[in-house]
Amino acid sequence: MFTRREKIIKGIFSILAFSSLFFLVGITITLFTSGLPVFREVGLLEFIFGREWYPTYSPPSFGIFPLIVASFLVTIGAVMICVPLGVGSALFINELATPQQKSILKPVIEILASIPSIVYGFFGMVLVAPYLQKILHLPVGQTAFTGSLILGVMATPTVCSISEDALNFVPQSYREASLALGGNRWQTLTKVIIPAAGSGISTGIILGMSRAIGETMTVLMVTGGAAIIPTSFFQPVRPMTATIAAEMGEAAVGSIHYHALFAIGLILFIITLLFNIIAEVISRRYRLKLGLGR
Amino acid sequence: MQKNRKQQLGFFLLFLCILTTIFFLGLILYFIIVRGFGVLSFEFFTQVPKRSMTAGGIAPAIVGTFYLTLGAMIFAIPLGVACAIYLSEYSPKSIIINIIRISINNLAGVPSVVFGLFGLAVFVKYFGFGVSILSGSLTLGIMVLPGIISATQEALLAVPQSYREASLALGATLWETIRKVVLPSALPGILTGIILSIGRVAGETAPIMFTAATFYTRRYPNSIFSEVMALPYHIYALMTEGVHPEAQTKIAYGCALILLILVLSMSTLAIILRQRQRSYTYYGT
Repeated sequence: MFTRREKIIKGIFSILAFSSLFFLVGITITLFTSGLPVFREVGLLEFIFGREWYPTYSPPSFGIFPLIVASFLVTIGAVMICVPLGVGSALFINELATPQQKSILKPVIEILASIPSIVYGFFGMVLVAPYLQKILHLPVGQTAFTGSLILGVMATPTVCSISEDALNFVPQSYREASLALGGNRWQTLTKVIIPAAGSGISTGIILGMSRAIGETMTVLMVTGGAAIIPTSFFQPVRPMTATIAAEMGEAAVGSIHYHALFAIGLILFIITLLFNIIAEVISRRYRLKLGLGR
Repeated sequence: MQKNRKQQLGFFLLFLCILTTIFFLGLILYFIIVRGFGVLSFEFFTQVPKRSMTAGGIAPAIVGTFYLTLGAMIFAIPLGVACAIYLSEYSPKSIIINIIRISINNLAGVPSVVFGLFGLAVFVKYFGFGVSILSGSLTLGIMVLPGIISATQEALLAVPQSYREASLALGATLWETIRKVVLPSALPGILTGIILSIGRVAGETAPIMFTAATFYTRRYPNSIFSEVMALPYHIYALMTEGVHPEAQTKIAYGCALILLILVLSMSTLAIILRQRQRSYTYYGT
C-alpha cells in the first residue's frame, strides 16, 4: 500500500519531468523542420553568404550576410562597453567595496539586469538616438553605434554578476600569499586575482555576448533596420533578431520568406548554443583548476 | 612611490566603472519616472485607448499582461518544479541526467525571439490555437521553464543531505521526506526563482509578438482564445505605428513606468526574500 503510492507519485513526477523536456526538445525540432526548407530552395551557402536581403521583391533574394554582419557588429560594440564596465564593477564590488557598500551595489546591479528590454529599447529610441544624432551630426540617430551602446549597458549586469561570482571563488589564501610577498593591493589584483578568476570572468563575457546577440526589442527599436552591409559604426543596420521580429508579421505562412525567418532563428539558436557550450566548458575547467570540481 | 600611484589610478578606474554603470541605471529610471509620472491618472489605469491611441488609458494592456503572466505561471510552475524534483530527488545520478541538466542550462540562453518562433509554429499554427492568450502563455511558460527548473534544482541542492537521511531513518517514505522536509526548507529559494520569472515574463515582448499580442483592441479578452493587448508590446506599438508620434510617446512613457514598477517590484521582492533567507537559515557546513 505504502510502496504503491510511492510508485504512483514517482510516476507522476517522471511524466511531468519528461513532458517539460519534451517541450525543450520540441524547440530544436521545430526550428530545424521549419528552417531547413529554405536551404533546399536557396542553398545553404547562398543563404548565409548572399549579400542581398530583399524578401518581398520579385524575384525575392534571401541572403542574410548583411544581417549576420550587423548582429556581430552590434555585439562587438556592446562587448567593448560591457566588458570594462561589467568586469570593472565586479572588481570594485568584490575587492574595494565595504560590506555595507556591497549590500547596496549588488541589488542595484540585479535591478539593472531585470529592466525589460523593451524599456531599454524605448529609452534608446526616444532619448539616446536623437541625442547622438544631434551631438555627432548624423543623418539618423538609429545606428549600429546606438544599438551597441544600449546593448552594452544591458549586458553589463550579466558580465558583472558572473565575474563577481568568479572573484568570490578565488581562495583568500591567494591574496594573503601575494600581500605577504610584499605586493600591494593593485599588484595582487592584477597579477594574482584576475588571472585566478580569468576563466570565470571569460565565462561571464561569453554569456554577456550571448545575451547581446540574442536581444531583440532593443535592436529592433534603435538600430534603424537597413539590411545592408555597414561600412561604418554610424550607419543603420538590421541584426538577425530584429529581422525576425519585424518581418514575421507580414510573411505568409509556408512561404520561402516564412521559412527563411525560421532559418535565421535556427542560426541564432546555434550561435547562442555555441556560446553557452564554450562558457560551460571554460567554467568546468576553471572549477577543476581551483579545486572546486567535486 | 610609483607603485602606489599605479594603485590609486587603478582603483580610481574601477570606481569609475561602477559609477558609470549606476549612472546609466539612474538615467533610465530618472527619465521614465519623471516623464511617465505626469501621464498617470486614475483614467490611465481604467480606460480603454481613445482617439487612435492619443488619449484614454491602457487598461486592456494591463489586463492582458496580467492574463499572459498568470497563464504562463500556471503552466510553468508545476511543470518546472516537478521536473526539478524529479531530476534532483528521484532520478539516479547518471550521464543522461547530466546531459539533461546541461541542455536545460543551454536552453536558458536561447534568445526570446526564438521561443516566439517556436510558439508561432507549434501553438498558433500546428495546434491551431491562433493568436491568443493561450498561445502566448504557453510560449512564455516554455521560455521561463529552464529558469524555474534550475532555480528549483539549486534550492533543492542547498538542502543538506542530513535532513533527508534523518527523515528516512525515522521511517518516512521518500515522498513524505520530499513533501515535509525537503520542500519546506527549499521553498524560499524556489519562490525567489518563481518571482524572478514572473518579472521576466511580464516584461518580455518578442515571444508574444506573433503569438498573443495585438496592436489595438477596445475589447477586453473574453476567453483564452482572444488576442490581447500587453504592456510591453503596447510600448512598441505606440512607438512604431500610428500617426500621432508626440501624443503616443507620452502614453508610452506612462506604459514604460507601469511596466518598470511591475517588474522592479518583483525583482526587489526576490532580493528581499533571498537576503532574509540568508540571514535566517544556517545549514552548517
